[in-house]
Parts: sequence; structure tokens; C-alpha cells
Amino acid sequence: MAWSAARLLPIALLLLGWEVFARYGNVTPFMLPRLSAVCVRIFDDAMTGELFLNVGLTLYRALVGFLISAIGGVMLGAAMARNVSIRWFFDPIVSVGFPMPKIAFLPIVVLWLGFFDASKIAIVVFDAIFPVVTATVAGFQGVERELIWSARNMGAGDRELMWQIMLPAALPQVLTGLQVALPLCLIVAVVAEMAMGGYGLGGAMMTASRFADSRGVFAGIVEIAVVGLVLVKLMALVRRRLLLWHQETLEPTTA
Amino acid sequence: MKSALSRYLPLVLLALAWELAPRVGLVSPLALPPLSGVLGAWVDLIRDGDLVTNGASSLYRGGAGLALAIVIGAALGVFMAWWRPVNAIVSPLVELFYPMPKSALIPVTVLWLGFGDGSKILLIFLGCMLPVTLGAFNGARGSDRVLVWSARSMGASRLRILWDVVLPSAMPELLNGIRTALALAFILLVSAELIAAQRGFGYLIGYLGSNGSYEGMFAVVLTVALLGFAADRFYQHLVQRVLQWRE
Repeated sequence: MAWSAARLLPIALLLLGWEVFARYGNVTPFMLPRLSAVCVRIFDDAMTGELFLNVGLTLYRALVGFLISAIGGVMLGAAMARNVSIRWFFDPIVSVGFPMPKIAFLPIVVLWLGFFDASKIAIVVFDAIFPVVTATVAGFQGVERELIWSARNMGAGDRELMWQIMLPAALPQVLTGLQVALPLCLIVAVVAEMAMGGYGLGGAMMTASRFADSRGVFAGIVEIAVVGLVLVKLMALVRRRLLLWHQETLEPTTA
Repeated sequence: MKSALSRYLPLVLLALAWELAPRVGLVSPLALPPLSGVLGAWVDLIRDGDLVTNGASSLYRGGAGLALAIVIGAALGVFMAWWRPVNAIVSPLVELFYPMPKSALIPVTVLWLGFGDGSKILLIFLGCMLPVTLGAFNGARGSDRVLVWSARSMGASRLRILWDVVLPSAMPELLNGIRTALALAFILLVSAELIAAQRGFGYLIGYLGSNGSYEGMFAVVLTVALLGFAADRFYQHLVQRVLQWRE
């Protein structure tokens, strides 16, 4: 339904335009290789297995980072919403840290953790945890007092209150935070790979760029775009699943 | 005043810990130079002019790319909401490219325009345009039908309606999109300069780091981070000003 013919048509036209322009337009294959050549290149990489190695490594770094920021961010956010002194300590740190371009800290993280996965995952977490924390705090603070009072009245303990009232009630906003964090994870993982080289989609693109292998560069763009699109769509699907009970699922979505 | 002090006390504590940890030998001063050393290096970098010249070229790139993204992105978004056929063609493309990790464009812009200003401006323009477009589109689409109808019945031309009704009601969402774009611009700018540049903040960070002058590196990183923070705060104040007419 979301991908009906009318929606696919402009995309098909764009791809066709790429092929035609690269073939007959005023560009060298270096500036813009043909789409068909790029597809052949992706297919070759898939045959040698390099494609799966690179995609797998990038996904591994991005998703481990995402998982750590999701769990850590929700825990920190929940703690900040419930405990005054924790909030006092972290509130200014989060509000100053959130708008900072944390990617600038990449060389420092490398200095501390070396060139391997640990530093890449660390910078991903450092970037992605902030939207999760702020969304969780906002979600928890937005839970209706009446809900909490009635649960307390009916004898809910701290643990029950947390799992059965607070978390479900805050879930829509928490998921929004996660939906902001997920693309960030991929952006940062790719940048970290580009800056450090080696395997992974970003590293492979940088190597291709260094050898003036523009097919490799464009193959990388297509691969990263597809991975990003699939991840974001999956996340939207998860959201719809988890929020089946929530009224927002009844409304038509554009996501 | 006092409440501000107690509010930001945790940051002061962090700064203090930063100063003390390397001094008492908790961490190596090589891994974390004391804050005072970093501040000294910052003053040196300002005095040399390194920070100023590199910063100026970074700000020029970021400003130019962001300005292009805002003007063209907002126009495209309003146009999409205004005219159905455009929406039918553009919105699947926006949906396709919106979730794309924009950092993938860094090597291509280098391929096209080299290591200079052009490639960074193009990168920031391409990377930041879609959030602005989407904000403008959602805002313009959500403009109150009744207002549009009453403007039309009072004889306003289409252009007049666009300017006097649609644009103001699109403003809040548009400005929100621009805020996202502002943060993205900083990320993309620093990433691109770290990876492929001969000038700019990112380049300076990488250069100082590979020379082993870590105090200078920390100083530049801190400068960039605080600039990003300040830009966001300044922008929010601006937005509050602009949106004062709303209740």
C-alpha cells in the first residue's frame, strides 16, 4: 500500500534518469558512473562476499551502539525522571551535550580506545544516547498523575508501577527518541569508519575514493541508502506493533 | 543568579574532575590533558591565528550550505504542499532519501568538487535540505483550511494567500525543521573536515591530534562543541522572538 505503483514511479524515473544521463549526458564515468555499472559492481562485491562483510560490520557497529544507547538512555532517563539528585546532576550535562556536534570528539575517543570496534561503538553511543535520554525524561514526566495515583491506590509496588504503568505510558515518546537515534547511529558509524579506514561500508567507500574508483563510491552510497531505508522502515514497523493498543495506530501514518 | 549557579554546578564539578584527574595521576595527562593546559593551548591557538582562520572557513562553509538548504528546502516544501502534482512526484523521493545516512555523501562530494569549500557546501546543502523541506511541507499542509477559504473569499490572490496565510502557519514546523538542519550541518561539517579537508575545524583537530599536541586538539574539540551548543541556544531564542505573535 505504501509502495504502490504511483509511489514507485518517481523512483523508477529517477533511476532511469541516472542511467540515461550517465550514458548520454555531459559527464565522465568518473563523475557519475552508470547505474548499471554500479549494480554490476554491487553484484560482484556480493559474489566475493565483500558486500556482506562490509554491510555486516557497519550494521554490527551501528546496532550494538544503538542497543547500548537504547538501554542506557532509557535507564538514565527513567532515573532522571524519578530521582531528584540524579536529575540535578545530569540535567545540565544533557542539555549542554545534546546540541553539541559530538562527532568532533572522534579523535579523542580514538586516542582513548584505539582504532578498533570499541572506539567506533563508543562514538555511536555518545551521539545516539542524548535523544533517547531527553525523550525518556519527557515521556516519564508526561505520564498522567491520575494513572500513577490510581495504580498506587490499587496497591501497585515500585516495580509494578514501573513496568505496568510508567513504561507503557511513556512508550510512544521513548520510541520517538529511538527513531531519532537510529539514523544517527548509522550516520556516525559510517563517519567513524570513513575516518579510521578498514572494513565496513564507510571504510570501503573511503578506499574506493582514494583509488579514484568512482563505481565503488557510488556502490557504497546505494548500499548505505538501502541499509538506512530498511532500518528506518523496520523501526516504524516495530513502533506500530508495540503501540497497537495506542490510539495513534488508528490514525493514518506517513512514516 | 543563585539558581543558575546551582543548576550548572554539575558542569563545574565535571570541569574540576577534568582538571584534577590527570594532576593526581588518576589518568595519564597524555590521554587527558588537564583543563588548564587545554585552556592555555586555546589561547595560543587564538594568538597564532590558527583557530581563527580555520574557524572562519568552517563557518563560511556551514553558513553557505545551510543558507542554500533553508532557502531551497523551504521553497520546495511549500511548493509541494501548494501544488499536488509536485507532491506526487517529490514525496516518494523525499521518503526514499530522508532516512539515508547523509555522511555517505562525503566521498562523492569530494569526487565532484575536490577538497575545498565547494564539496563541504554541497554536502551540507544536500544533507540539510530534507529536514527543512519536510518541516515546510508539514507546516504548509497543516495550514488552516478555514483561513485559506476566508482569505480567498475576501479576494486575496493565490500568491497573497501563500505569503499571508500559508507561510505564517507553516512557520513553527519550518523553524523546527531548520533546527534539525542546524545540528546536522555541524555534524556533517566536522565529519567532512575530519575526513577530507585542508582547512577548517575538523582538519585542525586531526592535524593537532596526529602531531601529538593533544592539548591543542582538546581545545579545538571543545571550541566546536561549544559553538554547536551556542548556535542551538541562539537559534531557539531567535525562534521564540519570531513566533511571539502566536498566543
